[in-house]
Amino acid sequence: MTLTASTSTTRLTPAAVAQLRADFPILGESVHGKPLVYLDNAASTQKPQAVIDAISRLYTSYYANIHRGVHQLSQLSTAAHDEARRKVQRFINARSDKEIIFVRGCTEAINLVAQTFGRQNIGPGDEILITAMEHHSNIVPWQMLCQEKGAVLKVAPISDQGELLVDAYEKLLGERTKLVALVHLSNALGTINPVRQLVELAHARSIPVLLDGAQAVSHIPVDVQALDCDFYTFSGHKLYGPTGIGVLYGKEERLEAMPPWQGGGDMIRSVSFEKTTFSGIPFKFEAGTPDICGAIALGVAIDYVQQVGLAAIADYEAELLSYATEQIQAVPGVRLIGTAREKASVLSFVIDGVHPHDIGTILDQQGVAIRAGHHCAQPVMQRLKLPATARASFAFYNTRAEVDALVAAVYTVQEMFG
Amino acid sequence: MSELRELYQEVILDHYRRPRNYGELPEANREAEGHNPLCGDQVTIYLQLQDGLIQDIHFEGAGCAISTASASLMTEALKGKSVAQAAHLFENFHQLVTSDDAEALPAPDLGKLAVLAGVREFPMRVKCATLAWHTLNAALKNTGELVSTE
Repeated sequence: MTLTASTSTTRLTPAAVAQLRADFPILGESVHGKPLVYLDNAASTQKPQAVIDAISRLYTSYYANIHRGVHQLSQLSTAAHDEARRKVQRFINARSDKEIIFVRGCTEAINLVAQTFGRQNIGPGDEILITAMEHHSNIVPWQMLCQEKGAVLKVAPISDQGELLVDAYEKLLGERTKLVALVHLSNALGTINPVRQLVELAHARSIPVLLDGAQAVSHIPVDVQALDCDFYTFSGHKLYGPTGIGVLYGKEERLEAMPPWQGGGDMIRSVSFEKTTFSGIPFKFEAGTPDICGAIALGVAIDYVQQVGLAAIADYEAELLSYATEQIQAVPGVRLIGTAREKASVLSFVIDGVHPHDIGTILDQQGVAIRAGHHCAQPVMQRLKLPATARASFAFYNTRAEVDALVAAVYTVQEMFG
Repeated sequence: MSELRELYQEVILDHYRRPRNYGELPEANREAEGHNPLCGDQVTIYLQLQDGLIQDIHFEGAGCAISTASASLMTEALKGKSVAQAAHLFENFHQLVTSDDAEALPAPDLGKLAVLAGVREFPMRVKCATLAWHTLNAALKNTGELVSTE
């Protein structure tokens, strides 16, 4: 397979980034007659040609349903699908590819854990601990479970800067705590949580931990064995892959102990009308024909990202974020939201007297795509006493020139509302 | 840029900064709450309705310039109007902000509300401009339901 990512460097120079940008056809598009400046990567990233081609190649040359066919095409599709699972395994350093379950996305992965592990292990009066910076995907499934089981959702507080208060978190870990579910990298604030430490604190009390890695996997290297988390979840579409595919990682012994989730083809070993015996992991959790193409294309996206190098991405984006932070703070009337010491990729801000929605529209007219709103994290907005923020979020293909375009567009907002 | 200038013209910015008829209405006998879940905008409409006439109307809420100005201008336009006139005005207003056909516009009786015509160039913002109106409808019908633009 040829990948277009042309560099495998330890550092992303401006020249290397310029070359990488050419791998993303959409970055050459115009919006309202202006060159597209795409700064909504926390919502979804754009796709490299390698991923687009992989989708086309599958459907053009070797597509068939997987696992059951005895014919050539089915074998090719099956092999590619299995290989994609191994790519995910290596990407997050899971011990076995059996620990990788393909789902529709991060949200579905969290729901799967809630509906299987949660229903099996959480009862009346038990507690689930989350944090005040979770997005809705890591709140609502737990609320639903608590309602069903008479359990209690506890929320670890954050500081005004958007950092988790670790002491308060530790105090909330109690005898009744049956699960901790928390975000690795916050989508609304950019905060990187000290997850290794948080997992350790929970494990010291034998409490399992789910980490929501929806934002993290595309910005910082993730090693689930080093983190020692029990579950890790993420989506393909935020990792330069297609929509509709995501991953649940679970420690093998956890997954083995959990009941199946949805029933149907591929998750069974044998079925009679009297009794069904279920497949082993990961197939136990993958009922029905999976998103074959999504998984294969996600594998290619992972190849691509690894070729660029996550350490290089993390360094480059950190430098870009610090430049952007400096520039945007220099604009009068602008206030940054989320100023944690450990941060990545996200620049959330508000402007005195201007609603973020209006900022979004005015920036869009300059070709600058950002997100304006509550970022599916309404409780964190309430915590910070804001209805919404404007959020620019970066990928490795963004440049200083694009940050300058963002800042220029923000000055236009000031002029219009001045 | 000219489209932006039309969207954010002075009257709209003025009503955003100094919304008219803002705050609770103690004499209200109808009220409804509306929200736009996509952006978190939220508005409450208070009505004092008597003999089919809108004697008084107030609003409260948090939203963008377009939704705030629209609500503010709406309250100015509707004070003293009959329920039937309000319905007619909403129809005209809705056409103003959604129609592609500039020829058909603006309906003559829209008055100051015509300043929101620029919204039709920004389809994503139509919900902002109409949130207060949908909420008004709910208040008039007294359904007691939360109005959502979704």
